[in-house]
Amino acid sequence: MTPVAESAFTPPLRVSKPWKAWPQYLKSYGIVATFVALCIALNFASDSFLSWDNWTNIIRQTAINGILAIGVTFVILTKGIDLSVGSVMALAGAVGASLATSSNPHSLWMVIPAACAVGAALGAVNGLTVSRWGLPPFVVTLGMLSAARGVTFIFCDGRPIPNLSENFLALGAGDLLGLPMPILLLALTFLVAWFTLRYTVFGRHIYAVGGSEKSARTSGVRVTRVVTMAYVISGLLAALAGLLLTARTTAALPQAGVAYELDAIAAVVIGGTSLSGGVGTLTGTLFGALIIGTINNGLDLMGVSSYYQQIVKGAIIVGAVLLDVSRRK
Amino acid sequence: MAHVLFEADRVAKSFNGVPALRDGRLRLEAGSVHALCGGNGAGKSTFLSILMGILRRDGGSMRLDGVEVDFEDPVQALDHRIAIITQELSPIPGMSVAENIYLGREPRAFGGMIDRRRMLRDAQALLMRLGFDIEPGAVMSSLSLGQVQLVEIARAFSRDARILIMDEPTSAIGERETQAFFKAIRQITAQGVGIVYVTHRLDEIFEIADSYTVFRDGCFIESGRIADIDRGGLVQLIVGRRVDAIQARPMPECHTTVLEVQSLSRQAEFSDVSLSVSAGEIVGIYGLMGSGRSEFLNAVYGITAHEAGSVTMLGQRLRKGRPDLAIRAGMAMITEDRKDSGLVLMGSVRHNITLPALKRFTRARVLRSRMERAHARSMIERLAIKTASDALPVSTMSGGNQQKVVIARCLSTSPRLLICDEPTRGIDEGAKQEVYALLRRFAEEGGAVLVVSSEAPEILQLSDRILVFRKGRVAHALTAEAANQEVLLHAAA
Repeated sequence: MTPVAESAFTPPLRVSKPWKAWPQYLKSYGIVATFVALCIALNFASDSFLSWDNWTNIIRQTAINGILAIGVTFVILTKGIDLSVGSVMALAGAVGASLATSSNPHSLWMVIPAACAVGAALGAVNGLTVSRWGLPPFVVTLGMLSAARGVTFIFCDGRPIPNLSENFLALGAGDLLGLPMPILLLALTFLVAWFTLRYTVFGRHIYAVGGSEKSARTSGVRVTRVVTMAYVISGLLAALAGLLLTARTTAALPQAGVAYELDAIAAVVIGGTSLSGGVGTLTGTLFGALIIGTINNGLDLMGVSSYYQQIVKGAIIVGAVLLDVSRRK
Repeated sequence: MAHVLFEADRVAKSFNGVPALRDGRLRLEAGSVHALCGGNGAGKSTFLSILMGILRRDGGSMRLDGVEVDFEDPVQALDHRIAIITQELSPIPGMSVAENIYLGREPRAFGGMIDRRRMLRDAQALLMRLGFDIEPGAVMSSLSLGQVQLVEIARAFSRDARILIMDEPTSAIGERETQAFFKAIRQITAQGVGIVYVTHRLDEIFEIADSYTVFRDGCFIESGRIADIDRGGLVQLIVGRRVDAIQARPMPECHTTVLEVQSLSRQAEFSDVSLSVSAGEIVGIYGLMGSGRSEFLNAVYGITAHEAGSVTMLGQRLRKGRPDLAIRAGMAMITEDRKDSGLVLMGSVRHNITLPALKRFTRARVLRSRMERAHARSMIERLAIKTASDALPVSTMSGGNQQKVVIARCLSTSPRLLICDEPTRGIDEGAKQEVYALLRRFAEEGGAVLVVSSEAPEILQLSDRILVFRKGRVAHALTAEAANQEVLLHAAA
């Protein structure tokens, strides 16, 4: 069920004493405030932080994780989790690349749907196993993480797939309407996903299932379908992210995307979506991904080693969940 | 003049400047059962929490055996031999019945080790003494809700307390167990224990209690002996206004058959159940705990799938196990446990109300919030649901209002048949009457109602026809006029 604070931008309830509702404001705008505070802090830390170049860099780097996180949000909202997105990325990227080598390039109209179909199919397997047979999502997607990675290595014969067509590489490096492709893809994904969650019956059903599966069923929601669809969406977007990653690295690597699921889940959790389902927004996820991207970027600019970046990221994830739990009380 | 165990006067408590209790008064005599009555929001729970040491009072006095007390935490209350049977049951599911009963007070053997055999023996003796048919070695998660409540009761009794507080102790258990429970109560009151009994079930109050105290809106209203008041008088005190006696319902003329169930069976739950409900009719199902009534309703609606037989709705045979198809065919169901399978607790009132009927508020596959809000608002008005805003989560509402949201949700799909499983469980008297009125109005306007209740007076009050379930079968069918409490109990046992 969409929670009281529906999205980061829904105005809070009209209360007679507005200042008493400050916890509510924190809930709605907290993530945005955190982001702004972060930017201000980093601006002081480094001169080049607020430049246009740096910003397009941040968003371009965030795009992959962002698309991944958007897909995972759907799953987490149903009280599930998807650990397999990193492996699905790799497999879909490899499939796409194999159809887009410079020696035998297929049209993007074929490559993209083919890769997405792979992602969707793997997602469907996850979803059906979870909803039909009632196996815990953690276990199911963990299995898929392993299996899909294995298939990727077999598919690639253990070697990278290089020499990709111009068209394909444009996905990662090209521009459209003045914006870099990754940013465009992220924006498009976000808009479609946001609209789906907020304004379609399916979107509402996702919240209902996450809030209380039994109650949703009593109200006539086809729980099996909704849950399966959530995993299909996650797989599909993982495929899209995989194509993007492959285009940017200019070759499909069988070990691509390893541990990417962690950043995706981190973005979702930081963005305020509860791991126990039923509460959360895509706007939150987007800002969660931006915060991670900004932190990575900022720490890079300050010359902080990537090992320390891991520690900082870990602390922020725990902090975000702590905030979420205390809000709930 | 019996010894006064406990006396409270002008007890007050506020939360964030909002007074929940203004003048709490109670006088408990040794060896008596004292009923504490009041609707939701009357201040009973707050008062009891203070008595139990969970909260600290802001003002007033409390005397135990004539000595002033002010408990800082529940342990102090327990040390003073005050124990409670809580309304919300929270057993440790992975542990056994005996372990749950003696949790924290396990009998020890040499060197502080838990003496499991003695624990099992003690639990067995306790359960036998109380007359509860439960295996002390059984795992809690395997027990039904009613059995869990019996274990909770046994736990309280094992505490050797002088004051026992019981908060809705019979909400999930059946008639036979309630009688065994009352027998145990009489045993311990004979030994001088004082009991504060909180329940919405007036019948029980008149059966077991010696005296009563009524709270309303956080204030003490009146107290006295049960022998000096009647049911109507007590209701009037609780609700604060005259509640008119129910007129006998005019017999509905023959209308279309809305629901037709033929030989429905589900292994180990119920078998060969047939019934029909016509438009304008209220059919009641009565039976003891475990007689298969809820299981039957769940199968009719589709929450579970039946194994044999058929369900036909307005001439159309229904596919089993598909609540969405049942809704489409014109059914709506109020389930037994609204928190578990009725409401999405973290969702708003509006979203809960519109959930089964979302398609009605879409245009070109897009949800229109204006249409949705308008519908929610009209439902809130129609059912008199008390809430400051339809965007508030339902978890913040009282039981009665929550149940009204469930009813509103059911009505959103314009059903022809309302299936109700214990529609007034855990809600106060005022809200109960409102629910009865709603169901009656629904039937008068041409709807059909199938209702299950374990409260005989409720079934008698609501139904045109009554079916009695026993051990998974229909044992008896009779019209409301021919029925009374004794007949029902006799047929069900």
